[in-house]
Amino acid sequence: MSDIIDLTLVELVSKIKEKKISSKEIISAYVERCEKSKKLNTFITTDFENALIKANEFDKNPNYEKKLPGIPLAVKDLFCTKNLRTTAGSKILSNFIPTYESTVTENLWNEGSILLGKLNCDEFAMGSSNETSFYGKVQSPVGKNLVPGGSSGGSASALAGRLTPATIGTDTGGSIRQPASFTGTVGLKPTYGSCSRYGIVAFASSLDQAGPMTNDVKDCALLFEVMSSYDKKDSTSVNFKRSNYLKNLNSSIKGKKIGIPKEYRVNDMPKIIEDLWQKGINIIKDAGAKIVDISLPNTKYALPAYYIVAPAEASSNLARYDGVKYGFRSKGTNLIDMYEKTRSEGFGNEVKRRIMIGTYVLSSGYYDAYYLKAQKVRKLIKNDFDEVYKKVDAILTPSTPSSAFAIGEKTDDPVSMYLNDIFTVPINLAGLPAISIPSGHDPKGHPLGLQIIGKAFDEQNIFNIAYFMEQQINFKSKIKDWWI
Amino acid sequence: MDIVSKDNSEYLIIRKNNKYEVVIGLEVHAQVLSESKLFSSSSTKFGAEPNTQVSLVDSAFPGMLPVINEFCIKQAIKTGIGLNAKINKKSIFDRKNYFYPDLPQGYQISQYKNPIVGEGSVFLDLPSGEKKVGIERLHLEQDAGKSIHDVDPQNTLVDLNRSGVALMEIVSKPDLRSLEEVNAYIKKIRSIMRYLETCDGNMQEGSLRADVNVSVRKKGEKKLGTRCEIKNVNSIKFMQMAIDYEANRQVDVLEEGGKIDQETRLFDTKKNETRSMRSKEDAHDYRYFPDPDLLPLELTDDFINNLKNNIPELPDEKKKRFIEKFKLSAYEANILVSDIETSKYFEEVIKNSDVKISTNWITGELFALLNEKNLEITESPISAKHLSKLINLIKDGTISGKIAKSVFEIMAEGDKDPQKIIEEKGLKQESDPKELEKIVDKVVNENQDKVKEYKSGKEKLFGFFVGQIMKVSGGKANPQLVNKILKEKLK
Repeated sequence: MSDIIDLTLVELVSKIKEKKISSKEIISAYVERCEKSKKLNTFITTDFENALIKANEFDKNPNYEKKLPGIPLAVKDLFCTKNLRTTAGSKILSNFIPTYESTVTENLWNEGSILLGKLNCDEFAMGSSNETSFYGKVQSPVGKNLVPGGSSGGSASALAGRLTPATIGTDTGGSIRQPASFTGTVGLKPTYGSCSRYGIVAFASSLDQAGPMTNDVKDCALLFEVMSSYDKKDSTSVNFKRSNYLKNLNSSIKGKKIGIPKEYRVNDMPKIIEDLWQKGINIIKDAGAKIVDISLPNTKYALPAYYIVAPAEASSNLARYDGVKYGFRSKGTNLIDMYEKTRSEGFGNEVKRRIMIGTYVLSSGYYDAYYLKAQKVRKLIKNDFDEVYKKVDAILTPSTPSSAFAIGEKTDDPVSMYLNDIFTVPINLAGLPAISIPSGHDPKGHPLGLQIIGKAFDEQNIFNIAYFMEQQINFKSKIKDWWI
Repeated sequence: MDIVSKDNSEYLIIRKNNKYEVVIGLEVHAQVLSESKLFSSSSTKFGAEPNTQVSLVDSAFPGMLPVINEFCIKQAIKTGIGLNAKINKKSIFDRKNYFYPDLPQGYQISQYKNPIVGEGSVFLDLPSGEKKVGIERLHLEQDAGKSIHDVDPQNTLVDLNRSGVALMEIVSKPDLRSLEEVNAYIKKIRSIMRYLETCDGNMQEGSLRADVNVSVRKKGEKKLGTRCEIKNVNSIKFMQMAIDYEANRQVDVLEEGGKIDQETRLFDTKKNETRSMRSKEDAHDYRYFPDPDLLPLELTDDFINNLKNNIPELPDEKKKRFIEKFKLSAYEANILVSDIETSKYFEEVIKNSDVKISTNWITGELFALLNEKNLEITESPISAKHLSKLINLIKDGTISGKIAKSVFEIMAEGDKDPQKIIEEKGLKQESDPKELEKIVDKVVNENQDKVKEYKSGKEKLFGFFVGQIMKVSGGKANPQLVNKILKEKLK
């Protein structure tokens, strides 16, 4: 049944509903492939035995009313999963087994899905290449020694390598869209407040959003529909009417106004990215939609503002990992010594760097100059979007300023690494939804993505635009199973 | 030793030719009366086994998020209304970051720049008159857990039952000038919160603690001196001791030509002294910033007005009413309203009884009894119903005031109906003129020599006759009638 792994999520769901295939067959196929794909280092913790037991249970007593009946899913190891180790890619949580389930994963299981295992990611989701995980670097299936992007690098790699039919990640500054772009997959960063943050290991609370990562737009609509819910346990969860995104999917974009922000035409943007963007613009034009040149004047301040706000929140969010209550603890001669050793040994360099930046920008005497100013910039960025959304329905940009880079290429230059988030970060600062869809390849055959940014809670609109573009682009994965 | 003027109006520290005034501000930490914590549904019950009232949120497990408890918000607003304070329609919860084992999140959720309640004021009832004390603000915050250092010789143990319990921090302006005012202020705040049922005010259980800010300045000077903050003092007596020590310490420093360093100090209750805990330079940098897990708290006018409309009568209004309606003195009214339970008891008694006699009996006999037995009025061995009956028996002349005292003593042993006591013991007052005349005649006849002396001008002997009559009657003779009959007989 090697073709099982070639089916999309939506196809798998219909096959299982049509009883053409059993949950056990699907899960066995994926487990078998996962076992052969250890070179990619996508999993931190597997749960294959349990998955097979649950598949059997499903097949014995199937419920086809569910949206993901008997479908296996591996998830980023930032989602707390009851009774299964959750590490956030960090040593400091290397022995942490939650007694509770995140709301988003709970929503998946409630719709019949079955957990395959926990996917590698940058430590506490801090990174753009999945090289900061305590559990080792993740290899992209796109090519040897290529990074899959980050921080949801394990998720992107597992999805593109077909070790899971779909997956979920989290996106604080681009952590879903950038790896989706690097691996030729679809990734959605939903509107802030769409998916509950309850039970997700926090990086930067005001920016973190969970989202789906899938093979195509239909799968993305389906998975988002399942993930998204109003949750009283998260005070920032928004109670809006969630629609049936998959059912309402249509590819008519005629008459729509799509904005092209001039500020995203950054200096020394590779020609290949410019060409990709133009290709997208042409597709939209040809479909009878209107291209509108727009300006988002504060875009240039987004990255510096992001690298103040996100580390500030992280420095506080990560204070709870102190060796006192759970997780890794190093022996110390006294309390302070225990704290210092635990956190020195428990956290990796990138996490420490951000804790230090965050602590600094919140310090007395610096708060106004950094954190407060960054918050003001954030407001301006949000205003920029509000302003242009009076004129356009959505915005089209590249997802990343380049294709995937080599493992180790940027590890010694954090600023160059941070620059990779230049197109994705403003969207998190503004709390908006954005989707990255695979749109082409660079000359080396590495995938490239385009990003469609929507109005708040207007996911249906960007799904529709993405769905139309996907059909026109007709992207074909060039991934060969070189690692097997 | 130090010369301290403790007359109520002025508390001065005098050295050689210098008189120093003491300036005091209080930050009262009052535990919100609530079944559950500020951001979780864990119980807040006092005295439970360690770590039995701790949720995943209270212990800061990964991915756990705070969700505000609406009831605690209401309690804070009610308290703000009771403090005549401005209720801020928008307030913000901030994170106060520091590491400590009993602080699981690594930060305390508090309110920093935008508290829920702004400026207000309370009135203190002092022997010298009324004094207005400004309230700077009231904000909500989480309590920390408890570190226990004396159970295990090797380790510090942590109990998180208190972790996340809602506290109201009520900050006064530096308007207090004496130990007497500190006492009155704490009692007033406590009284208001107990009226509102927003804090039980139980200082033994730690429901009410205070940080005390103390500075001194030469009398007449306008500028405030440098202050020291004495942390976490948990009784009025300790507050007064700490202030007295600290003010004298500061004066000594100034008198020797030194200057006061702004610092945080601890009060050692055993040694009765304050000690430096950390200087301003060593002060924690708490890196306050708005908690991104919580949206700004926005209140509608309706929400606030609804609470305003349901505020019960508070001590100041009640006092005014007692004075106007019941013609009580300000002193009496103060005593009766300061504690809500006392005022409830009083109003229960006077429902069916004479106000004047009731006031005297409650503030006299009853308070003495409670004081002697160290009981709260809610634990009074004599119910309001029975005290009311006793007062009616006095009023209608069934028993004399003197007999009433004996009846009261019996009632105190177990809330017995005074009517029954009188019947059982035959204590009913003798008011039958014929019976009384018989007794009077008997006493007069038996003391003819004294009668002569009386008639020859020794009028003081009247008391002797009354005493004898009362003795013969076993104390039951109606004194007014006895007087009347005796006067007739001795004419």
